[in-house]
Amino acid sequence: MKKLINDPQDVVAESLDGFALVHADLVRLRTDPTFVTRATGPVEGKVGLVSGGGSGHEPLHAGFVGLGMLDAAVPGAVFTSPTPDQIAPAVTAVDGGAGVLTIVKNYTGDVLNFETAAELAEAEGTTVRQVLVNDDVAVEDSLYTAGRRGVAGTLAVEKIAGAAAERGDDLDAVAAVAERVVANVRTMGVALTACTVPHVGRPSFDLPDDEVEIGIGIHGEPGRHRVGLEGADAITEHLLTPVADDLALARGEKVLLLVNGMGGTPLSELYVVYRRARALLGERGVEVTRSLVGSYVTSLEMQGASVTVLRLDDETTALWDAPVHTAALRW
Amino acid sequence: MTLDVAWAIDWVRRAATAVVEHREELVELDRQIGDGDHGENLTRGFTAVVAKLDALAEPPALVGDVLRLVATTLMSTVGGASGPLYGTAFLRAAKVTGLPALGPDGVVALLEAGLEGIVARGKAVPGEKTMVDAWAPAVAAAVQAAEEGAPASEVLGSAARAAHAGALATIPLVATKGRASYLGERSAGHLDPGARSSDLLLAAAALAAGAQL
Repeated sequence: MKKLINDPQDVVAESLDGFALVHADLVRLRTDPTFVTRATGPVEGKVGLVSGGGSGHEPLHAGFVGLGMLDAAVPGAVFTSPTPDQIAPAVTAVDGGAGVLTIVKNYTGDVLNFETAAELAEAEGTTVRQVLVNDDVAVEDSLYTAGRRGVAGTLAVEKIAGAAAERGDDLDAVAAVAERVVANVRTMGVALTACTVPHVGRPSFDLPDDEVEIGIGIHGEPGRHRVGLEGADAITEHLLTPVADDLALARGEKVLLLVNGMGGTPLSELYVVYRRARALLGERGVEVTRSLVGSYVTSLEMQGASVTVLRLDDETTALWDAPVHTAALRW
Repeated sequence: MTLDVAWAIDWVRRAATAVVEHREELVELDRQIGDGDHGENLTRGFTAVVAKLDALAEPPALVGDVLRLVATTLMSTVGGASGPLYGTAFLRAAKVTGLPALGPDGVVALLEAGLEGIVARGKAVPGEKTMVDAWAPAVAAAVQAAEEGAPASEVLGSAARAAHAGALATIPLVATKGRASYLGERSAGHLDPGARSSDLLLAAAALAAGAQL
């Protein structure tokens, strides 16, 4: 394992220290328990937005704390959800009196810890609503699994719900728009290589040089099936087709297309994927009106990408366009 | 042997030792069908539990007090799915063991409450390749041993042996709950890491009671 780390036990804390130093104008790092909030503190009368999850997915989530997006992010150990006694203080810390929405990716650990934290925060007098993100179409039959996982679509939920909260929507309205994004966003990912969790020291799964894993989650866990290494266009089809089919996109619909890197794939390759995904949507008569390409929801140094499509309407388009000022996303 | 506070503390210390000794094994099992953090998370949690025990000025009065300390520490340090699952198991077990010592029925009550806690949080049933597949047979074996008049230590011994067999029986199963469920058929052929760690915890309880495994 070759990594720029000191002790595997210290990676998360030292990384957060550095992050907070870089972005001192935007965020405050709290320790004991560990969470990140906006530097400006809670906004009176504004719904607070809190998300979190395992570390190793940077810039998710701390990179999205700031104006127009999250009020707090709660990082766990690498690929491990944070604990309730970390999450609950983050929730109460950003309560401006209008309640707090927690945005939770559908992984058993995240769901259990956020649910428990919500109970603790409500006991402290904070009203908490929760939205579960489950955009991963790789999970074919959710009747027999823990359900679809939350992956890169989380970014869209956080951005759009964040804009709704910023313009002054109440908790029910922010939760409703978040749910609407969840209902209209789908993602599929591919891994070309596995990643190495620092404290494990070996790749998360074994992937032959001539195969790729289609349908990975964001913890490097194996996905739907393996196929031979083909060109980028063929792989992009494996990703986009199930996403577009699952959304049942009709001709004339408008979408956001997000091509997300898993951490070890250069932007140049992501643009190659974007090019093909956009063409495939065009063949279906679907218009890409908003786009984002970059590494936003990563799995350490994994090579790979995910394709996310969000069906847009006028309101979600306007909320996507609303100003955002965070470490990793700003316009 | 009396299953008193000293036993409970010995159980927890043995459990911590077992988790540290089997850290690599649990990581590897979880790496195969999960995300590889189970051994690391439990090591972090039980190391914190031992530190809390070491810091106590004097031992707690009741078995349940020890288990409650374990519960709150695991919940606040482990994270992932196993933190809330084991945390709830120990919390529920603590509620029914507010006693200076446990008899055979007390052991059964402890195990039943632990299983109920895991089921309440994780909503898994037997056969889904989770820690329930170790706990459910352990409870059944404990109930039977208690009905047959076994002493408390042997009730625990029966439970631990059944948990071990139950964990091994997860190998051919296809996971339908938890992280491994995303692998579908490919999860068959692997020992479930949660069932294995449950096996280790219950073995530690039985060994602390002087039972033969």
